[in-house]
Amino acid sequence: MNNQRRTVLKSGSGAALLGMLAAAGIITPGIALADWNKAAFDAKSMADTLKALGAGQPADSKDVQVTGPDIAENGAVVPVGVASSLPNVSMVAILIEKNPNALAASFVLPEGTEANVQTRVKMGQTSNIYALVKSGDKFFMATKEIKVTLGGCGG
Amino acid sequence: MGNPMKIRAANKDGVTEVKVLVSHEMETGQRKDSAGAIVPAWFITELVAKHGDKTVLNCEFGPSVSKNPYLAFKFKGGAKGEKVIVSWKDNKGDSRTDEAAIG
Amino acid sequence: MVQRMLKTVVGVALACAFGGSAIAQDSKVADELAKYREALADGNPADLLEVKGESLWTEKRGPKNASLEQCDMGLGPGKLEGAYASLPKYFKDTNKVMDVESRLVHCMMTLQGFTKEEATRQWFSRPGKESDIEALVTFIGAKSNGMKINVPATHPEEARMAKMGEYIFYRRSGPQDFSCSICHGQDGKRIRLQDLGNLTTQEGAGTAMKTWPSYRVSQGAVWTMQRRLIDCMRQARWPEPNYLADSIIALETYLQKTATGTVMETPGIKR
Repeated sequence: MNNQRRTVLKSGSGAALLGMLAAAGIITPGIALADWNKAAFDAKSMADTLKALGAGQPADSKDVQVTGPDIAENGAVVPVGVASSLPNVSMVAILIEKNPNALAASFVLPEGTEANVQTRVKMGQTSNIYALVKSGDKFFMATKEIKVTLGGCGG
Repeated sequence: MGNPMKIRAANKDGVTEVKVLVSHEMETGQRKDSAGAIVPAWFITELVAKHGDKTVLNCEFGPSVSKNPYLAFKFKGGAKGEKVIVSWKDNKGDSRTDEAAIG
Repeated sequence: MVQRMLKTVVGVALACAFGGSAIAQDSKVADELAKYREALADGNPADLLEVKGESLWTEKRGPKNASLEQCDMGLGPGKLEGAYASLPKYFKDTNKVMDVESRLVHCMMTLQGFTKEEATRQWFSRPGKESDIEALVTFIGAKSNGMKINVPATHPEEARMAKMGEYIFYRRSGPQDFSCSICHGQDGKRIRLQDLGNLTTQEGAGTAMKTWPSYRVSQGAVWTMQRRLIDCMRQARWPEPNYLADSIIALETYLQKTATGTVMETPGIKR
């Protein structure tokens, strides 16, 4: 009886301790990450995606570049990047106009991280790729067409 | 848990360049298997890179990021031997963290 | 008429396998394709598999709870540097010419106690189903990176296999009456945007052989040479040989012999 009570007490206080640690931010379940922007990733058109990102109608800017080849040998892996010389860039995103959902990826850049991010995306077909950049509280954009070819057998 | 990531970090002239390769299927949820059934979406949704305690990049991915995602970026600072830590989680709740020393 | 057209279309779609020297339709396209390939080269997902292969090599596994570290890939037990580049070769213990994959399976059976069925069940990966063999071959292949392919095929058994491979290379067969040499026996051939290597020359065979195993971005997987060649047969509408079939090892011996002297660049990455 006594033993059992002690076990309950022990495990009880253990759970309480865990809760306190979690509340104090000393331990976190899994990894602490920002909330995934479901609305933006679920949006289909460019306009809806920009709206969900809070970007409105961004102005075209020569200080934003979409990097990548003109031709991709396979749409499953297309190397693309975003670079910008604009000041105070806090966010960049890659949008693919003709994909089922335009938004491929977005990046929050803390101070000290350069506005120069590269990744690889899937493209269902030849399409314009848009680079969206947030500089200060304004959004800017640039575009580049990447052609997706049907390959041969792929040596 | 997935397989380990490959993280490379190199400092040059005060700027650290980080290159990350992640092992992940990145299923779009639009592909059908040989029986004609839709293969459910399975993709990394969030990825965070830290230099020590400081977050240096916060990414959100959709399913159109390629299988085995690749990422390259640069941040100011970082010294040889210091750690870059990368964590991801996917839409099934799986997650993984790996780290590498800046070279 | 329609049938003839169809046949031509199918014929073009069939031509397969090995990209060769750069003779694209115009230089702008060639430049952009080169840019694409270059962008992929830094950050090859095959590197992830190489790491996995290394741990599979050293891990104690199978009914005998043994690692593969004592596996003799042709240069002595556990000696992997340059082994891939000098295979296929004749092995006294099995009295057979073996390639990297048949030798690896042999080691998994003799050292680790797996049955052949267990060792080869997942010889290539499918989405969500990883292949130990792909990982191990990627690891073993990478140990020959920067080394010269060296398959002189001087042993009588090796010479016989090279000869047999050459015969298969030129042999027309299947419903389309195709041979490897139709697409891969001349310079300057192309399918869509991919150049087709002339595998009868050292340069052409070298370009093809030096980059395998290779990560295929279209498949999202590393392909081994066995898979590459078996799939060539499928694309040529030939009956597909079994995994580790002598016909495939013979073709490999012929191609490696032709490519001898070429420096390995593996793992590769291709469309």
